[in-house]
Amino acid sequence: MPLRAFESILEPAGPQAASIAWLWWVMFGTAATVFTVVIVAIGAAVIRGWMRARRTTTPDTDDTLLSGAVGAAVAITTLILVGLLIATMWTTRTMLSLGAASAVSISVTGHQWWWEIEYEEATPSRRVKTANEIHIPTGRPVVFKVQSRDVIHSFWVPNLHGKRDLVPGISTAIWLEADRPGIYRGQCAEFCGRQHAHMAFDVVAESDAEFGKWLAAQRESAHEPQSTEGRRGHDVFMSRQCVLCHTIRGTAANGGVGPDLTHLASRATLAAGTLPNSRGHMAGWIVNSQAIKPGNQMPPNPVAADDLQSLLTYLEGLR
Amino acid sequence: MTWRGAIVVVATVLAAACRAGEIDRAAAEATGGDPARGAAAIRRYGCDTCHTIPGVATARATVGPPLVAIAVRTYLAGELPNTPANMQEWIRHPRVVEPRTAMPDTGVTDGDARDIAAYLYTLR
Repeated sequence: MPLRAFESILEPAGPQAASIAWLWWVMFGTAATVFTVVIVAIGAAVIRGWMRARRTTTPDTDDTLLSGAVGAAVAITTLILVGLLIATMWTTRTMLSLGAASAVSISVTGHQWWWEIEYEEATPSRRVKTANEIHIPTGRPVVFKVQSRDVIHSFWVPNLHGKRDLVPGISTAIWLEADRPGIYRGQCAEFCGRQHAHMAFDVVAESDAEFGKWLAAQRESAHEPQSTEGRRGHDVFMSRQCVLCHTIRGTAANGGVGPDLTHLASRATLAAGTLPNSRGHMAGWIVNSQAIKPGNQMPPNPVAADDLQSLLTYLEGLR
Repeated sequence: MTWRGAIVVVATVLAAACRAGEIDRAAAEATGGDPARGAAAIRRYGCDTCHTIPGVATARATVGPPLVAIAVRTYLAGELPNTPANMQEWIRHPRVVEPRTAMPDTGVTDGDARDIAAYLYTLR
């Protein structure tokens, strides 16, 4: 598994993010220089005026220096703005220059408050659905086709690209590429309701081979539970309301309201980056997710203690 | 505030700080664990998704009982005398202690159980 990267636009891990970071530094450098020059000029003017006031009482009526300075400042400002405009156009060009050949195509649907992920394939039955964790191969362009099921969200992985809004009723796309392996955290970047802050996801960039292996594993139906406890957990899941909202491919559960749980145990987090995916967190989440992420769509499930243990064992087996 | 008032305030703060240090030391001694590491382990194993635990910011849940003043509680899980050994046993193997409990076995290691117990014994 690749290492988790520090989440920042200034630690780019791909060409798009790199050009954004470059533009950021250009703008920062320009602004810092202009700021310094202005402060020095003001300081010089104050000192000059103060010295003159000590020498004489007649006011300065010579305007030639003033009009020269204003003219120079206007010229420099115009030059800088045009320069930044060109830099911005250059950056945009770099960001949009990805080749479409051999691109991985991933559909991302925003929900309050989680991310539905679907890997597109020519053969519909080979499409893979998952949630909140996106794997991509390094060194290959990836296109995210984004849309929203409810309100406006925004797809943002700071280490890989800028933001792209997910607007209900409109499908749009964002292209990116990761240069090096890593786990890059993404976050909804458009306020979308009460749990906006708990709407995160991970992008796992890995080698082509590892990505292929992962995708093949995700394409499989859910693993049959191996233990008695696991089989009992399967029955608990199938006999309760869980199936109305969740899908576990290869079983009777095919709800479409919440995340696909076919390979739940392979994911690093629960509830869109809210909790680590461990048995303890899973237990609390199932029984009363409302205490953890108030307002989310999953109702409390006060299952009997025995049923809860079996359910946890079953879900932990969904690798 | 007079200088005497200031001394009283400083002395009170110092006394409170010393007392907090004492409580931490006593808890560490009783369990052989480290309270600070225990607080981190509580978040790692997900204890905070079911319990309200003073001093752990994420632990505000109401699935299981709140662990307020757990250090001075008489019984654990309604049946075990509250000793450091029993506390660790309950944390590590809840289903062995009480087969009908909803509290899951979260795979807590021996060392982590000592640290978690150390933290819980600071909750007076």
